[in-house]
Amino acid sequence: MLELIVISTLNGVLFGMLLFLMASGLTVIFSMLGVLNFAHASFYMLGAFFGFQISRWFGFWPALLIAPLLAGAIGAGVERFGLRRVHKNGHVAELLFTFGLAFVIEEVAQIIWGKSPVDFRIPPLLDFPAFTIFSTNYPAYKMFMLLVSIAIFAGLLVVLKKTRIGLIVQAALTHPHMVGHLGHNVGRIFMLVFGVGTALAAVAGVIAGPALVTQSNMAGLLGPILFVVVVVGGLGSLPGAFVASLLIGLVQTFAVSINGSLSGAFGPLSPDYASTWLADIWGVTVAQIAPIVPYLLLVLILIFRPMGLLGTRDT
Amino acid sequence: MRKFMMAAAFTLPMLGGVAMAQETFKIGYIDPLSGGGASVGEVGLKTFQFLADDVNAKGGIQGKKVEIVPLDNKTNPQESLIQAQKAIDAGIRFLTQGNGSSVAGALSDFVTKYNERNPGKEVLYFNYAAVDPVLTNAKCSFWHFRWDANSDIKMEALTNYMKTVPSIKNVYLINQDYSFGEAVRSQAKAMLAAKRPDIKIVGDELHPLLKITDFAPYIAKIKASGADTVVSGNWGNDFALLLKAAADAGLKVNWYTYYAGGPGGPTAVKQANLNHQVFAVSEGIPNLDHPSSQEFEKAIRAKYDFSLFYPRAVNEMRMLAAAADKAKSIDPVKVALALEGMEFEVFDGGKGNMRKDDHQFFQPIYIASLGDRSEREPFDEEKTGWGWKLVAKIDAPATVLPTTCKMERPN
Repeated sequence: MLELIVISTLNGVLFGMLLFLMASGLTVIFSMLGVLNFAHASFYMLGAFFGFQISRWFGFWPALLIAPLLAGAIGAGVERFGLRRVHKNGHVAELLFTFGLAFVIEEVAQIIWGKSPVDFRIPPLLDFPAFTIFSTNYPAYKMFMLLVSIAIFAGLLVVLKKTRIGLIVQAALTHPHMVGHLGHNVGRIFMLVFGVGTALAAVAGVIAGPALVTQSNMAGLLGPILFVVVVVGGLGSLPGAFVASLLIGLVQTFAVSINGSLSGAFGPLSPDYASTWLADIWGVTVAQIAPIVPYLLLVLILIFRPMGLLGTRDT
Repeated sequence: MRKFMMAAAFTLPMLGGVAMAQETFKIGYIDPLSGGGASVGEVGLKTFQFLADDVNAKGGIQGKKVEIVPLDNKTNPQESLIQAQKAIDAGIRFLTQGNGSSVAGALSDFVTKYNERNPGKEVLYFNYAAVDPVLTNAKCSFWHFRWDANSDIKMEALTNYMKTVPSIKNVYLINQDYSFGEAVRSQAKAMLAAKRPDIKIVGDELHPLLKITDFAPYIAKIKASGADTVVSGNWGNDFALLLKAAADAGLKVNWYTYYAGGPGGPTAVKQANLNHQVFAVSEGIPNLDHPSSQEFEKAIRAKYDFSLFYPRAVNEMRMLAAAADKAKSIDPVKVALALEGMEFEVFDGGKGNMRKDDHQFFQPIYIASLGDRSEREPFDEEKTGWGWKLVAKIDAPATVLPTTCKMERPN
């Protein structure tokens, strides 16, 4: 039992940190540009594919460095040449633009790399069990993922709190118009933020690619959870995104371990109801519905606290 | 400029329809070619294309060359119906599908209704891998033919073998959350309770189909339950990733499966270092000491670099050709009437027959384990060095189960 709790906590924190890498970029982009970037998960996928291709040519470690830079550059380009032009047409137009971009990126990935999963392998240096908890091995690669996520989180914190650009970004998170009025080159800052946000998503892609499957449907599998994280955490709040990603990572992982169901708690249903829909609901376990538990959380948050856990703005 | 663009936008798509292929015998292959099922769907498509080439080399079917038309259904029942309609609109009258009983149920229903409403334009549905028993029982149809032993037949064979293994004490069930997974788990529980009442079921898990990429939480649960054996009907990515997570966690249990041989499976088993601890029930393995099937195996591996995972597809194609010959026609109704009740020498040797009552094909069933090979096992899987070793063979008559099908025949 204790083993299960420890392993689930590790897995949950790991998944949460991965989500945070992506959600941080998404929430910062939303706060500053007012654009909910539907294509964010696609940059995660691009990061994974770039990582795969570059690791084929040069090895995993160069890929870890180059792939996010490449994806970030594409992101900055999207902002400079795409979003900025669409911006004058309003928020809805920007939303539609990123929505269409998501499809385009997925199709281009399918054209280049095909529709089946690609063989993105864990680098041999990390392919061993890191430690053994009770009797379960925990892979070293997952510890590496955790460490990279924590390192990037720490780096992000330092940049935001201690540097000038961080100060400007923090201000723009809550008072974007004021920052513009004060004379900062908002255009350049936007491009930087979009580029860094998508680069973060790409880093998540490069490190998650070998562990999860690298395939063109990656964006669709993780995309919806990303929005849940951002909404639950509070749009515009970076600490909120952190708390929400960890919460959702842990909730989803622990939910799988819980075998409770209504029938377990209240006893079996009378046989008269055996073939009705009531029997299905009575028998379903929490583990079976684990993947939709985050969405239940989303609904609850929207009902009881629509600005999110730590949200500062409600638009 | 605008007028020109409008004119082009209207006329260019029409040009596509003009290029009519010469008359070929088209078979619509409705299976996933993208998304979670892509790895399996692609292998199936290439297998059918290889079989089509094989049949064409012998003159085709009734003089016509066989052409396999791929139709991507993304493992989604609604999408499959759209693809089926697309196929019918293109003049295709033979559909084949296998990945997902959810899809199969929708397709069987669709084809039955279509044929009722369009007499004279009937379409046949050949099911090569969807094994929910209901398709040849309560929801049987004259227009549906199944070449894979259904889930109950497979579970009967597997549990008969498990009955003879005294070391099995605690069994964990993990399956995909849809009709097939339900069939596996309910029959596993019922049959094990009847044959080995001393076995304890310590876990009964259902997870979403082809959506999970990290099975670590499930492996943690299996560990915590104290199981020494896992029974699973998982296929495709769901099996490969489950075993990959087991490899990462160092889980050492015995696995009794249906589809351990699928794409990615043997690699994951080797990674988990489970030497002869993973068992699978199937209608054929390469290491059966049967010369003609071994020749075929060599040929398909030379061309496509994967093993023949679908001996049943070979039976399907060959029986289709035989039925067309017997009926001297490619009219679906005549082919169907020739197919039902047909006795056939199956790919891996032995007699099989397509039962007329429910259109379920019965054939010899094999149980094999994956691991180190000896000279009796010349073929390995996915370049791991490990291959399938025969553990038990069940002849076709011993696999027969009764059916509740009340088939409505065309007059």
